[in-house]
Amino acid sequence: MFPVIFPIILAVVLFSLGVVGVLLRKNAIVILMSLELMFNAANLVFITFANYHQNLDGQVFIIFVMVTAAAEVAVGLALIVDIFRSKKSISIDEMHSLKG
Amino acid sequence: MESAQLFNLVPWVVFLPVIGLVVNILLGKRLGETFSGVVASLAAGLTFVVAVLLAIALAAAPEAGVVSPWEWISIGDLSVRWAFRVDTLSVVMMLVVSLVGTLIHIYSIGYMHNDVRHNGDPGRYTRFFIFLNLFIASMMILVSADNFLMMFVGWEGVGLCSYLLIGFWYEKGTNGTGNAVAAKKAFITNRIGDFGLLIALFLIFGYFGSLQFDEVFRQASAVAAAHPGAMLLITLAMLLGVTGKSAQIPLFVWLPDAMAGPTPVSALIHAATMVTAGVYLVARSTAFYSVVPASQTVVMWVGTLTALLAATIALGQYDIKKVLAYSTISQLGFMVAAVGMGAMVAGMFHLVTHAFFKGLLFLAAGSVIQGMERGMHGSHASSEPDPQDMRNMGGLRKKIPLTFWVYLIGGLALSGIAPLAGFFSKDEILGAAYHGHAAIFILLVITAFLTAFYMGRQLVMVFFGKPLTAAAEHASESPRVVTIPLIILAALSLLGGALNLPGVHTLEHWLSHTLGEGEPAEFIWLVAGISLLLALLGLGAAWLIYSRRTQKADAEDPLKKPLGALFTGMERKWWVDELYQALILNPYKAFAQFMAEPVDLGVIDRVGGGLAAGTRALAEGLRKLENGYVRSYALWMFIGLLAIMLYLFLR
Repeated sequence: MFPVIFPIILAVVLFSLGVVGVLLRKNAIVILMSLELMFNAANLVFITFANYHQNLDGQVFIIFVMVTAAAEVAVGLALIVDIFRSKKSISIDEMHSLKG
Repeated sequence: MESAQLFNLVPWVVFLPVIGLVVNILLGKRLGETFSGVVASLAAGLTFVVAVLLAIALAAAPEAGVVSPWEWISIGDLSVRWAFRVDTLSVVMMLVVSLVGTLIHIYSIGYMHNDVRHNGDPGRYTRFFIFLNLFIASMMILVSADNFLMMFVGWEGVGLCSYLLIGFWYEKGTNGTGNAVAAKKAFITNRIGDFGLLIALFLIFGYFGSLQFDEVFRQASAVAAAHPGAMLLITLAMLLGVTGKSAQIPLFVWLPDAMAGPTPVSALIHAATMVTAGVYLVARSTAFYSVVPASQTVVMWVGTLTALLAATIALGQYDIKKVLAYSTISQLGFMVAAVGMGAMVAGMFHLVTHAFFKGLLFLAAGSVIQGMERGMHGSHASSEPDPQDMRNMGGLRKKIPLTFWVYLIGGLALSGIAPLAGFFSKDEILGAAYHGHAAIFILLVITAFLTAFYMGRQLVMVFFGKPLTAAAEHASESPRVVTIPLIILAALSLLGGALNLPGVHTLEHWLSHTLGEGEPAEFIWLVAGISLLLALLGLGAAWLIYSRRTQKADAEDPLKKPLGALFTGMERKWWVDELYQALILNPYKAFAQFMAEPVDLGVIDRVGGGLAAGTRALAEGLRKLENGYVRSYALWMFIGLLAIMLYLFLR
């Protein structure tokens, strides 16, 4: 068994990459992908501790997260397609019609 | 009918005028002038009939009766009933108010017909009678009340009517607001007095636990022994109320201005009835004043000084109604001095006779003024002279003989010529002063002389000599509806003295059932002789001086040269108005200005405005966060998340 800290560090790196991607990129599709990175970083932590504690709760949770993420991507991509149709762009900065 | 049953009629003295005014409100405008006048006069007349019935009942059984139809206020210890009191004092007031009131109602039918046309608004005719009826009702509440609180309702009611009627031609007067300003002045001055009366009422309730007359007066001497200071305060606060309503120093300034009202109003409210309410109040509160000699002295001096001051001012006035107004103040001073000396009967006697002859004088003055107005229209004079200025009159004796004769009777009665009404009542007051109040006696005798002098001056200026303007030249007599009340009042002024003839003392015995048995005022030949002699001297001096003056419309007063500055003072009313303006009104206005601009605009508005501006600025700053970039929202969410986690860690 390798030390539990290695997958945690990997998860942190993946999560940080995801955050940076969400905050810095303009492309909506890339942002969605970055979100997936963050989900999977979380999943990695779940599965690590599930293994560490030798119980199934964490693994069950991963199934939920993956289902939710799939649904979210389906909705998100549909939105992006629709926005592209009206604005001919998927740059996130173009979407500021509700600015205060 | 049993007298107790007759007593049950007493609420009608209030209901009848109220019915009259309601009928006039509902139907008056539609049914026209005659209807309004007749309904109002009928209401007043029936009130007089009720008062007479009450007097008959009292004559049979002089015990005071209380008719108390309703519980009015009941809170904790305070219990006040809406109760009418029938006793000899209240019935005397009811008789005077309703009798003089009825005559003035009838007079007004003719007078207001001309007045509303002259002033160009016939629609106000009904309103005038509504106000008059309202006044009668309020005055009846005042005099028939069985407790101080109900009396206060009437007290305020007559003040309101006074305000409404002074400002009857509210769009007229100097600068188009003169009459409204006069009405306001009367109301506010009275409010100061009412404040005093209210304080007195609170104190009475505080120390006596009741406001009912019998209850309170029974305890008066006990409370005076236990709390002499409180009793002094009550009587002095009450005196402030009296000075407001009865136009005494220092609150007399409103009454001359009140002459802005139509003449019947001046006669009814500002001469015969309302202004005597203060005298009635002191007479009613005999039990209070008799246990506080210090207050009595103050009341006495206030009355005496007012009498003298007002009489001197009356000497220098040219407006026919202003002279009478100052004369009224002066005569009220006599009454107040009398009740201050404890001579309640003398005060009430003078109140009654004064109501007759001063009511008469005012109504006759109204007749003179309208005679002049008719003269102006008849002569087609290019410039309209003031029909109230005595300098524009002269020689009216031949033009309006009937008015002249009744005016002469009123003037002689006021001057105190025997055997007219004023002689007996004034003599009784002087007689009371003669016993132990030497200074008061001398001042009042001087005032009596001045009274005769200014009445003589007025009679000469108005009726004798030759007409000084075209208006006076063409003046004509008033219609009969105006002159008949004058004749009746003249008869009352001639015979009113019989109410309390020396040696018979009808009024004295009548009032003793309420005011307590007193020594009947004895008739002092010396005093009577002095006052009669001085009255004749005053009239004679006025005749000598004024019938020889240069008879021109703009001639200066013959007293001006010999008296110099003294006469200017009389003419300018001793600058009392100016003094009040400088001492009270201007500082008050400056204070109001200070509160309005630096305080309200500077502080209060800035606090409110500052809060609003601050909120706005904050919102303006926060608005920048909503920049429309999804990434910045995500950043803020992330920062928030970090903050929450940091908090959870460090907790």
